[in-house]
Amino acid sequence: MHLILFLAFGAVCVAGAVNLLVQKHPINSALSLVVVMGSLAAEYLLLGAEFVAAVQVIVYAGAVMVLFVFVIMLLNAGEEEETKGSRVAMIFGIPGMLVGSLLIAWVLIEHSGNKSLAAGALPGPPKTIGWLLFHDYLLPFEVTSVLVLIAIMGAVVLAAAPASAGGRKD
Amino acid sequence: MGDQITKDPASFISHLELDQPDKTFLDSNELIINMGPQHPATHGVLRVILKLDGEKVLGTECVIGYLHRGVEKIAEHRTYTMFNPYVDRMDYVAAVSNGLGYCEAVEKLMNVQAPPRANYIRVILTELNRLASHQLWLGTHALDIGAMTPLFYTFRDREEILKIFEKYCGARLTTHAFRIGGCLYETYDGFEQDVKKFIDFLPPKIDEYEELLTTNRIWVERTKGVGKITAADCVALGVTGPVLRASGVKWDLRKAQPYAAYSEFDFDIPIGQSGDTYDRYLVRMEEMRQSLRIIRQAVERIPEGPIMAKVPKVIKPAVGEIYHSIEAPKGELGYFIVSDGSTQPYRIRVRPPSFVNLQALDLMVRGQLVADVIAVIGTLDIVLGEVDR
Amino acid sequence: MLSIESFVAISLIKTVIALFVLLTAVAYTVWLERKVVGHMQNRWGPTRVGPFGLLQPLADGVKFMFKEDLIPPHVYKPLYMAAPMLAVVFALTSIAVIPVGNSISIGGIQTSLQIADVNIGLLIILGVTSLGVYGVALAGWSSNSKYSLLGGLRASAQMVSYEIALGLSLVGVLILSGSLSLREIVDAQSGTYWGVLPRWNIFPQFIAFFIYLMAAYAETNRIPFDLPEAETELVAGYHTEYSAMKFAMFFMAEYANMITVACVASLLFLGGWHGPRFGPPLLQAILPVFWFALRIFGFLFVYIWIRGTLPRFRYDQLMAFGWKFLLPLAIANLVVTALVVAIQS
Repeated sequence: MHLILFLAFGAVCVAGAVNLLVQKHPINSALSLVVVMGSLAAEYLLLGAEFVAAVQVIVYAGAVMVLFVFVIMLLNAGEEEETKGSRVAMIFGIPGMLVGSLLIAWVLIEHSGNKSLAAGALPGPPKTIGWLLFHDYLLPFEVTSVLVLIAIMGAVVLAAAPASAGGRKD
Repeated sequence: MGDQITKDPASFISHLELDQPDKTFLDSNELIINMGPQHPATHGVLRVILKLDGEKVLGTECVIGYLHRGVEKIAEHRTYTMFNPYVDRMDYVAAVSNGLGYCEAVEKLMNVQAPPRANYIRVILTELNRLASHQLWLGTHALDIGAMTPLFYTFRDREEILKIFEKYCGARLTTHAFRIGGCLYETYDGFEQDVKKFIDFLPPKIDEYEELLTTNRIWVERTKGVGKITAADCVALGVTGPVLRASGVKWDLRKAQPYAAYSEFDFDIPIGQSGDTYDRYLVRMEEMRQSLRIIRQAVERIPEGPIMAKVPKVIKPAVGEIYHSIEAPKGELGYFIVSDGSTQPYRIRVRPPSFVNLQALDLMVRGQLVADVIAVIGTLDIVLGEVDR
Repeated sequence: MLSIESFVAISLIKTVIALFVLLTAVAYTVWLERKVVGHMQNRWGPTRVGPFGLLQPLADGVKFMFKEDLIPPHVYKPLYMAAPMLAVVFALTSIAVIPVGNSISIGGIQTSLQIADVNIGLLIILGVTSLGVYGVALAGWSSNSKYSLLGGLRASAQMVSYEIALGLSLVGVLILSGSLSLREIVDAQSGTYWGVLPRWNIFPQFIAFFIYLMAAYAETNRIPFDLPEAETELVAGYHTEYSAMKFAMFFMAEYANMITVACVASLLFLGGWHGPRFGPPLLQAILPVFWFALRIFGFLFVYIWIRGTLPRFRYDQLMAFGWKFLLPLAIANLVVTALVVAIQS
């Protein structure tokens, strides 16, 4: 039962990702990405990582993607124009992508020592995750938050600069 | 305004000299919105073309005339008496005031004085009508800002005024209460009691409206500093009425050029300081209280006597012209009448307060938000019947 | 352990019952609102259809179904059709994890009064409501109308902003009860403080309750935060161009969201279904559900009461209120709660 569901959501996820690339209208692409996020959350849930699944939905599907859609609405972006595409990309791109994904798969399989992940094996309850984050991986966690803070400050500086210049003119 | 009408709203805006914001590659999204003529908050059939940057208003253009009936032209083909009911249809919220202004203008043209009792009746009814008009303004203005309940409260109490009108002359809205030379009807039995009962009934109700709004944080935030207009701008644009007084100019025709019996009453002219929407609200609320004061004095001191001056059956003023204006609930309501000596006016021009006040809209909303446009349209207290005539 | 067939059967029965109750509640919340606001404004509200207008929701439903379903030209049709469905689906989904009472046993089968008893029930509710914004945003965008677009933009910005304050206000409760399961959170609120005051989270967490109340109003687009559909500014906001059943779906979604929010408030802050139990066994079984419904009714009544009282915020004021007032307050409340709990333990 779990396996069937897992495969089904995996298929939805891949289909969403392909659709994201194929669609010409940006809003359709964004919505396909929402589907990808949603099915990823379902995969996490099936693996037992219920907290991560919920956070995936709340943060990615519920907030980040809403902002994507928001920006697309705001800029009123239209359909992409059809381009022929470069021949180099056609010749080297697809084989390159295949090779790359095979490489990643091989590395993953080798390093996990041929152990496959059983359903429900990932740390599920929020208590465990909290412990991992705030005890075992405290330093990386804090470093990441500082990194995010710097990114936020950078964004504020970039966005505020023209406004303050305009303000002086008034 | 009218000569620029084209099908494309964008071409209107190009006539406006807009302050162009610094353009970056992202905010090329200026939005042109056609607000009205079918819009729930433009108080009738006003059409406002808004140019927006996001939610900020860069400029506006009012398109009027959807309710134009050619009242002034009609006057040229009616006798003076026949035209009297037509004026009620301009500011239909304050029909009594319109009638008073017209009758007094014609009386002035003919050198006739309405008898004192008629003047008292006129004052009582006109002030009642001012209350009704302000109540309607308050209800719709609050509704525009999102408060639903005041509308029902004010309409409940306005009903009492309309009942008095109905008992007096048979009509509730377009009353046609006055005639040239005085009043047609004597007051009905119990008129004084009805009016007295009403002026005791209303003050607690006004407190009730104020309780819902005056100190309400959201209401204050929505109205304070919104749609500011300075006294100098008001004078330059010809804005009158509560809008002018809220900007700090003590100008009320009832005091400045007393007409009817207003010189005999004791009342104050409330003024504001900052000329924002909140001050206009306070001024109108206080005006309602002052109106009650006037009515109380008038009904207590109402003299006995005739209600009609000696006016010929066929009204035929001598050749000449006259401008007479009164303080209508919305501002200065003036009638300019040119007589060629016949039974029909040669030309009548109405100076409607709503039309003139509406000119200030663009000045008041530039640089503010869409929501403020609605608040300002509400606070200007326009009636489209009067704007378009 | 139940067999898979009976599990599916019981879940199905529970789903059908829950959906029926929810949709009826949605219809009668509309009736309640019209009636209560009417009486506050010295009117009667609906009186014509049935006694006290009680059949009015039915009449409205029939009307919505038989109205012409207008689709304006130049809309982006796939999303225009999908948006109301998304809105209503996400609004109805959250009911799945809401427990309405203790478990009962019928015919020897013990079952909980909840469709799905999951450990992270609260997170699921938050996740599903955060997806609800898509219905609104897409409706605004696909309608090809400027009023709708402005309404959709306002709605998405508002819902995303207030979600943060909403989520943070709930974390205080989670710290107190130490669980994400709605059932356990309710169970943690049984008993009393000093023998008199019920052990509801609203008392230690009254600031959080206030934040939740505000954020929930904003999240459900109700007065004083009803800017996305501010009828006097944006005509009807994101659903300006919708008619008939599609409009009804948005309407249903709004009221279903109100009920969900009321459920969460009752479960997290007001002690869920706890209340005095007395009388014969049957009454004892029904009473918790009754207490729970009473709390939801009270919460909805406050919703309606606020609607009859307050004007509406302006957009910039709304954003400032959310980001500059509610969010810092929620964070402060969270820090204080965490400190107190850490010192006590």
